[in-house]
Amino acid sequence: MEENILLRIEDLHANVEGKPILKGVNLTIRDGEVHAIMGPNGSGKSTLSNVLMGHPKYAVTQGKIFFKGEDISGLSVDERARKGLFLAFQYPLAIPGVPVSKFLRMSLQAVRGKEVPIIEFRNSFKKNLELLGINDSFTGRYINEGFSGGEKKRHEILQLALLEPSLAILDETDSGLDIDALKVVSEGITRYRTEKRSILLITHYQRILNYVQPDFIHVLAGGRVIKSGGKELAAELESKGYDWVLKESEAATPAKI
Amino acid sequence: MSKPQLAPKEDYKYGFHDEDIINVFKSEKGLTRRLIEAMSAMKKEPEWMLKIRIKALEVYQSKPMPTWGNVQLLSELDFNNIHYYVRPNEKTEKDWKDVPEGVKRTFDRLGIPEAERKFLAGVTAQYESEVVYHSIREDLTKQGVIFLGMDDAVKQYPDIVKKYFGRVIPTADNKFAALNTAVWSGGSFIYVPKNTNVEIPLQAYFRINSENMGQFERTLIITDEGSTVHYIEGCTAPTYSSDSLHSAVVELVALPGSKIRYTTIQNWSNNVYNLVTKRAVCYADAAVEWIDGNIGSKLTMKYPAVYLMGKGARGEVLSIAYAGKGQHQDAGAKMVHVAPHTTSTILSKSISRDGGRTSYRGLLRVEKGAEHCKASVRCDALLLDEASRSDTYPTMEINEKNVAVGHEATVSKIGDEQMFYLMSRGLKENDAQSLIVNGFIEPFVRELPMEYAVELNRLMQLEMEGSIG
Repeated sequence: MEENILLRIEDLHANVEGKPILKGVNLTIRDGEVHAIMGPNGSGKSTLSNVLMGHPKYAVTQGKIFFKGEDISGLSVDERARKGLFLAFQYPLAIPGVPVSKFLRMSLQAVRGKEVPIIEFRNSFKKNLELLGINDSFTGRYINEGFSGGEKKRHEILQLALLEPSLAILDETDSGLDIDALKVVSEGITRYRTEKRSILLITHYQRILNYVQPDFIHVLAGGRVIKSGGKELAAELESKGYDWVLKESEAATPAKI
Repeated sequence: MSKPQLAPKEDYKYGFHDEDIINVFKSEKGLTRRLIEAMSAMKKEPEWMLKIRIKALEVYQSKPMPTWGNVQLLSELDFNNIHYYVRPNEKTEKDWKDVPEGVKRTFDRLGIPEAERKFLAGVTAQYESEVVYHSIREDLTKQGVIFLGMDDAVKQYPDIVKKYFGRVIPTADNKFAALNTAVWSGGSFIYVPKNTNVEIPLQAYFRINSENMGQFERTLIITDEGSTVHYIEGCTAPTYSSDSLHSAVVELVALPGSKIRYTTIQNWSNNVYNLVTKRAVCYADAAVEWIDGNIGSKLTMKYPAVYLMGKGARGEVLSIAYAGKGQHQDAGAKMVHVAPHTTSTILSKSISRDGGRTSYRGLLRVEKGAEHCKASVRCDALLLDEASRSDTYPTMEINEKNVAVGHEATVSKIGDEQMFYLMSRGLKENDAQSLIVNGFIEPFVRELPMEYAVELNRLMQLEMEGSIG
């Protein structure tokens, strides 16, 4: 195994309800790297994040997902999480009656695989609440119930900060945020980033990339990565749109025999 | 890497039974007039109570079985295969050390003496047909609060008992109320004098030990004007392969400006038929709250009722029902608005899994002249798998125009998306599911005293274990 490789996706094909969405994705993420995946609507961005996390609705039909050197495509969702994978949801769901603090402590104990003393949990929880500018009343609220769009996203980043996964997949975390909220959330993401922890940022807009600087940008279209580059690619996409990449890619694809 | 092993499903924790109990008396199976006369004599009851019993027996025998609810399960219960009266002791003790050793051991295992020391103001412990232990804090006695086993109340306070016994639930109300009236034994009697607040809960605990046992406790609670009380009951039984029967009658009288909260955590083993009648009358500006949790039993049929008799009266039923394999919880609530400006709230939550069945059966009646009353009914059902079932049978009889009535019913399944969300945070499938279930019943649990809330959550956790895969 090559050193420092955290995630390697090889020729990944996946279906949703029998319909092929991913058609051969290849991607490698090393320790500490930030990768952004951009692409037009319907290109398979959210499918990719769900498949990586192991959503039962998505079936991998071909290819492999290596995480920390192990093929995880056969692992259950919770096993992947305990291995250090994390998904920040685009639309986090409400779970009525389940207090945020109870959920977070259980999650923390699950990923650490051991008891977390209540004092230790509270301290860490409180610190992160402050950093994310989240009101204390949050503790007693139920998971995402009655949360505003911004609160939901902050809650996702709060989980990220507490659970400290090795790879955070952020699925359109920037969508629906006003500029102030985007700033706070981005700062949260940046704080999380270390030389050991990596980020896969899935976004439709270039906006968040002004705050969270990516090392690599990939364009996903038609279920495949059709172009990869450095952060300068974002600006190009922003000014020219996706069309030119799509055309370039068509030109490069050999005609089917 | 293999899938983590799920913890094996723990057995019903209370399914043990005592082998070495020597009963003072155990009736032959079946119900006869002779038995009723014998038990009344053993209890040294006054003549008037025996008369009530004999009359009730006739009513019971003349009434047909219900033709609604789970008729199939009801027809499987063999009423001739039940011991209707089992007397484990000579008298009710005031000190645990005087309670027969085997019986005391059972209550120790159930944690009753410990709970009493920690957070209760009084305890009634019933074993089979009789109250074996009873206590009340001295300060309450000094304030004039009466808390007794029902049998003792008949002898010590005949005037109050005569005034209210069978007045809220008449003998002929239904077949099982008649059965209870004929053969009742044990249960609690509470009278709270005017303007007295009993701040710490009083508790009764009902335990069945024998196989094919019938337990028929009778409870009567009266709060005089401006007083309050919180009464809690719990119940368990050993697991046997053949059926037992529990058929209680509970009558509550909330006089003007008083408040009764009645909390039940029913956790009978899955061979117990639980056919119970519970009803309250609630006078002006009084409040009655039934907090009703049904976790155990084979078949439960129970619909706590509040009759709102005076202006400003308020009734509430907050219930949860859990039905697993082989269980049917046919539960609900009844609210009858007799007076104007009365309020009622029903919140019923049910969970079915493993082919279990829950039914909500409710009545909301607003009588002519009961203007400006408010009523809301909400039923939420959660199904954990395809094999399980939930039904709603709401009846509304609104005979007055100027009223505000709301009704809402939802049925939901635990969603894949919710499970995905929780599991993506490292929670195992079982833990994620029980978290969702605990969240679902949270509106109920938060109304319980802390010790019971913890216990109930733990119980549900056990029920959830092994439910997947």
